[in-house]
Amino acid sequence: MEETLIMSTAGHEAVANAPTAGEYIVHHLTHWNTTGHPQKDIIDFSIINVDTLFFSILMGVIGLFVMWRVAKSVTSGVPGRTQAAVEILLEMVNDQAKGIVHSAESRKFVGPLALTVFVWIFLMNSMDFLPLDVLPNLWQAITGDHHAYLRVVPSADLNGTLGMSVGVLLVCLYYNIKIKGFGGWMHELFTAPFGSHPLLYPINFAMQMIEFLAKTVSHGMRLFGNMYAGELVFMLIALMGAAWAGTATGVFLWIGHVLAGSIWAIFHILIVALQAFIFMMLTLVYVGQAHEAH
Amino acid sequence: MNLNATLFAQLVVFFILAWFTMQFVWPPIVKALDERAKKIADGLAAAERGKQDLELATKRSTDALREGKEKAAELIGNAEKRAAQLIEEAKSTAKVEADRIVAGAKAEIEQEAVRAKEQLREQVATLVVSGAEKILRREINAQAHADILATIKQDL
Repeated sequence: MEETLIMSTAGHEAVANAPTAGEYIVHHLTHWNTTGHPQKDIIDFSIINVDTLFFSILMGVIGLFVMWRVAKSVTSGVPGRTQAAVEILLEMVNDQAKGIVHSAESRKFVGPLALTVFVWIFLMNSMDFLPLDVLPNLWQAITGDHHAYLRVVPSADLNGTLGMSVGVLLVCLYYNIKIKGFGGWMHELFTAPFGSHPLLYPINFAMQMIEFLAKTVSHGMRLFGNMYAGELVFMLIALMGAAWAGTATGVFLWIGHVLAGSIWAIFHILIVALQAFIFMMLTLVYVGQAHEAH
Repeated sequence: MNLNATLFAQLVVFFILAWFTMQFVWPPIVKALDERAKKIADGLAAAERGKQDLELATKRSTDALREGKEKAAELIGNAEKRAAQLIEEAKSTAKVEADRIVAGAKAEIEQEAVRAKEQLREQVATLVVSGAEKILRREINAQAHADILATIKQDL
């Protein structure tokens, strides 16, 4: 499936302008952003990655549309298959939320949030299953620009994952203040985890800040790292298959591509679902921690 | 892995999607799930009640059946007794009647016999007289011997 497409693409490119392996990968890892050029600086807030935003919104809309359709015609009688599937998903998320966040009032928002996160991330990660070159090539054909950049996996963009983990951080801060009161939360920031002593205040505060930072960064980085690495492996496998046209013993490379590609794609199904689940669980855990007084 | 404003855009999208789910997706489905759970609980309770009712009804019907059987047995016993009694009564009545009839018949037979004897006597007397007349016509006067004939008639 995916292999033949990549193969033909790579073969075609080899004839046309023959990118090196490094060029191929760098091209695939460059975003289509508002400037039209690869981003130079590490941090530049004047730029937006159009591809990441487009595909993440598309995935969010698809996921929510399906669930919304189910919610509109939901019945408490015998459920249809789609309804049963959505119900299983919702029950799974709801059970996890009940076990971690003990406030029923908070769960009215946290439950839907966790469900959204799970479905959305699952769909974004699933973009990895599409043949690596299909959408970029299509995009290049549409724009007529053979160097047009397009990355189709929004969760393999650090901006996408950090955006979500910062969102979770904001939710945590909101519940910290809501549950403990602003004064109570401030008190906790300076007295936990080591205890209430003026000498310990700065240490406590520093620890708390590190904790929030570490939670948020690791939350976003974990998903990004997994998906980025997964994408990269797909690219390497595609390169192996692309090399076959030039050599006499290349048939083995082609077979290796098919084998490795299949194995990695199957293994990736696990990663896609697992990372979506982990992100959802950590969201619940962090929000749950915001409810607990130290 | 450069950072840019996509992060903030994604943040906004994140909250919009979560809000949408909270507003339009989660509540109706959770409501339906709760309703179904209640329906099932009600159904189970109704089934339990039905089972109890059935047990009660079974017990009642068994009781009624036993009672009916007892009553029927009693009725049959009574009827048998009554029938025996009736038969006894009928037998004794019939016996009395038969005795009466037999007695009547006997009396009638006796009467008839007496009458027949009487007739026979008359006829024998006449026969004897006519026979004797024929014998004696030639030699005896009937009137002269009438007293003898009367004596014979007496002896018959």
